[in-house]
Amino acid sequence: MNMVKLIIDGKHVEVPENTTLLKAAKTVGIDIPTLCYFELKDMNIENRPGGCRVCVVEVRGRRNLAPACNTMVAEGMEVFTHNIRVLNARRTVLELILSDHPAECLTCSKNGNCELQSMAQQLGVREIPYAGEQSKYRKDTSPAIIRDVDKCIMCRRCEMMCNDVQTVGALSAVNRGFMAVVAPAFEMNLEKSTCTYCGQCVSVCPTGALTEVDHSRNVINSLADPAKTVVVQTAPAVRAALGEEFGLEPGTLVTGKMVAALRRLGFDYVFDTDFAADLTIMEEGSELLDRLTRYLKGDKEVKLPILTSCCPGWVNFFEHNFPEMLDIPSTAKSPQQMFGPVAKEYFAKKLGIDRKNMIVVSIMPCLAKKYECQREEFKVNGDPDVNYSLSTRELAHLIKQSNIDFNALPEEDFDNPLGASTGAAVIFGATGGVIEAACRTAYELYTGKKLEKVDFTELRGLENIRHATLDFDGLPINIGIAHGLGNARKLLEDIRAGKSQFHAIEIMACPGGCIGGGGQPYHHGNSEIIKQRSAAIYREDSGKPIRKSHENPFIQELYREFLGKPLGEKSHHLLHTHYFDKSVGDFIEE
Amino acid sequence: MAKQIRIALRNCGVIDPERIEDYIARDGYMALASVLTDLSPEAVIEILKKSGLRGRGGGGFPAGIKWEITRNVVADQKYVVCNADEGDPGAFMDRSILEGDPHVVLEAMTINGYCTGASRGLIYIRAEYPLAVERLKTAMGQSRSMGLLGENILGTGFNFDIDIRYGAGAFVCGEETALIHSMEGLRGEPTVKPPFPSVEGYLKKPTNVNNVETFANIPIIINKGWKWFSSIGTEKSKGTKVFALAGKINNVGLIEVPMGTTLREVIYEIGGGIQYGKAFKAAQTGGPSGGCLTVKHLDTPIDYDNLIAAGSMMGSGGLIVMDEDDCMVAIAKFYLEFTVEESCGKCSPCRIGNKRLFELLEKITQGNGTMDDIDKLRNLGTVIKETSLCGLGQSSPNPVLSTIDNFPEEYHEHVTGKKCRSKVCKSLMQYLVVADKCIGCTLCARNCPVDAISGERKQVHFIDQSKCIKCGACMDKCKFNAIIIN
Repeated sequence: MNMVKLIIDGKHVEVPENTTLLKAAKTVGIDIPTLCYFELKDMNIENRPGGCRVCVVEVRGRRNLAPACNTMVAEGMEVFTHNIRVLNARRTVLELILSDHPAECLTCSKNGNCELQSMAQQLGVREIPYAGEQSKYRKDTSPAIIRDVDKCIMCRRCEMMCNDVQTVGALSAVNRGFMAVVAPAFEMNLEKSTCTYCGQCVSVCPTGALTEVDHSRNVINSLADPAKTVVVQTAPAVRAALGEEFGLEPGTLVTGKMVAALRRLGFDYVFDTDFAADLTIMEEGSELLDRLTRYLKGDKEVKLPILTSCCPGWVNFFEHNFPEMLDIPSTAKSPQQMFGPVAKEYFAKKLGIDRKNMIVVSIMPCLAKKYECQREEFKVNGDPDVNYSLSTRELAHLIKQSNIDFNALPEEDFDNPLGASTGAAVIFGATGGVIEAACRTAYELYTGKKLEKVDFTELRGLENIRHATLDFDGLPINIGIAHGLGNARKLLEDIRAGKSQFHAIEIMACPGGCIGGGGQPYHHGNSEIIKQRSAAIYREDSGKPIRKSHENPFIQELYREFLGKPLGEKSHHLLHTHYFDKSVGDFIEE
Repeated sequence: MAKQIRIALRNCGVIDPERIEDYIARDGYMALASVLTDLSPEAVIEILKKSGLRGRGGGGFPAGIKWEITRNVVADQKYVVCNADEGDPGAFMDRSILEGDPHVVLEAMTINGYCTGASRGLIYIRAEYPLAVERLKTAMGQSRSMGLLGENILGTGFNFDIDIRYGAGAFVCGEETALIHSMEGLRGEPTVKPPFPSVEGYLKKPTNVNNVETFANIPIIINKGWKWFSSIGTEKSKGTKVFALAGKINNVGLIEVPMGTTLREVIYEIGGGIQYGKAFKAAQTGGPSGGCLTVKHLDTPIDYDNLIAAGSMMGSGGLIVMDEDDCMVAIAKFYLEFTVEESCGKCSPCRIGNKRLFELLEKITQGNGTMDDIDKLRNLGTVIKETSLCGLGQSSPNPVLSTIDNFPEEYHEHVTGKKCRSKVCKSLMQYLVVADKCIGCTLCARNCPVDAISGERKQVHFIDQSKCIKCGACMDKCKFNAIIIN
């Protein structure tokens, strides 16, 4: 690799060629401010449209200032990142951006978490000399995401996520000049677009232009209603990230404190989505084995690979984009939606209460879950199996506004019976985890032998698309894993073309899996945070006494007492679903 | 006409653009033939480099060097693009060439393909130029049938063909990276250079983008030689430039003059002077994002470098002449209105900054400006130029900055005296009745659409300024010149 020598702010720097000035400056401790620039290192995610112009620097010999994010180093270059010309230009550009931004910081849901706000603070902006007309747009509320694009600063991060990473194509720049903004085509509502509600646009938005629909008020009202029994379930990835909202190091596991906090918030039963994840493995794993054995016997009716179906963003994606392949994903509901009927049809009956008087709340790292729990097929006579889905961020707010000192809380255990889980369930939170959990169970069910080494490390990691061949006692099983919908699309197109070699594929909509979900605490482009969360998930797994779903005694009890057997009549009714062709947008009718 | 030399326009109006024979009769396709049979690509590029031809689209980048860069990139496919997205209001030199001499563009593009190693050419043309499109298509059909375009051109084994792509009329799509994105079916907005299109352009392949007028110069340079071409013009700007003369001038229209011709020659000798014998005030060059030249620039030779030094630019060659009746603040506002409308919105200084410049100018022309606002215009204009992503934002403040530089007193008058000397800014005007001329005929009062004029018969009338909308009807109707503008 050729090295290039240059001078930045008087410091001699030597970096490989094709390094940006931004990165070269970082090597000598110069942190040039950026706004539109965004990178998730080691995850192939980068946004550098060179649009905000906050990172401009002076390069000797050039007439104009140069964007550090988009200018490559050159031999002998002399760069000034904070001389008077640069400081004045940078401040003026920021003042311009602020002049077209609503001054609603006090009531904005991103207050305290807004990169534009931090930048104004960092550059010491105390007034906006270029005040003028502000661009105004229609506010758009979908089942999961609110677009308040008066606050859009055209950083294009959401567009990059939606198009380049997720290949969903719901968001792109529309209009020109002062009215240019990122929106669905024809400025239609997000709900009418191909949006999957993966929430990755929300997770990268530097301002309050894209946020989640907040259901915490509904939850507070339910908790205050004495007629309701309020049950909560918490997804695996939440415990690995919630602590960040309370100043704890990324990767700190806060399972016990989270349970304690939920109890103090007034939930009648604090249960675990992990229980439902174990249940998912029983159903999905059995379905995998069923399809696999029939396939191996030469049954032409059976299609492989089988695809996991626990990610609602992914379900939306294939319903929109691959409607001819609706029979390939597993019919198993997601853990959130398995938990719902088990709570309302099994646990409520145990308690002797009507399902209408039970409120099921889920805490999810995800925004698509908000949409999923509102799907018509997941309701009984209008009563949803899961009433409200809150994001990790909303839970943190709920805890803060209820005067709970989170860090001082004791560690408490989940309630039973729907709170017990295995290590296999916890790893649902990381990419590759669901298929690993499924293989732990499928192996033993298929071979009848005990699985000694439960860690399938070959299925772990952050590469976009991973594949591994597992040995099921002489039978090679080809596993594919994709995280991020753009990667999923590649695997799906292979299947469509008849080129797929896989028996089973796990797909998660979000980069990193649920730990990188759209409802998680904002990572602000720090991929280390996602890696730490992942490590925490696997730590929790290895510390669990039971690490295979089918060994969960409460799952066994549930089948004994209520469900019968996996893929049985009752399971079919309560724990499996079907998919819809959503390839034709509703907007065509309008 | 003596000052003019026609190179780019040499065939326009002379030949029938729908007959290839007419073009051939004027040495058409002779350059292509000699290039394909006698010259190596390197030799052609050398001729161009020595000729000193610079890009006529506005930037002024040496054409030969651009061709050489494209040639030197190794790729399995390269493209030649003709930028025919003429977007400057009032400019129509590209249109005239395309409508009057379409073959010259085809011939030059083919030569470019041979030199750079491209086998495909694309003409990006505004859909608002239907006649140009039609004539290009006719010309392409003719040259294909005569073996001058397509497979095995002139039996030399060289293959090159051309397609047309339509632009929807966005000004920014004249910027080459935006143009390429538009051709790719993407949003027409620019991206950061480098990479330059010559290295990574259309479909990520090396793409040589030249403007129509640049191409129109190529065949004749090959035919007549670089020495002939470089003998015309100034030291660093060779050849001629086509200008679209417009505004308060007697002879409007296209002119083609050697580089280095002075503004005085253009206005007074070719343009026939200012209309109605009024005084020359300024000339806007470089289109809406150029700057204005004033009386002190009348004897400056016009070329790329002198125009930039004067705070303007060559641009595509628009030249709008203003006289003493033009308000320079209002002129700056007029141009800003255009760039505010035409900014793509990608980078913040251009998207928001131009809007703010416009608002400040509006404030000043409405009589609400302060001296601080003039400082703000200066700072903001400079920052927009220095920080914008593409040529549009890097030049859009020029009309503001150059009018502030050249006519500071007009800005000051608007701000401190609340006065527009050219009587253009309506908010600063007052219609007044001259008492000793008014005979009280009531005609003005009866014609005032907003009942702002009161007064008894045979008494001096009075205009209520709070009601007056400055339509001027009273002044038009008054037979006694009793109404004046203050």
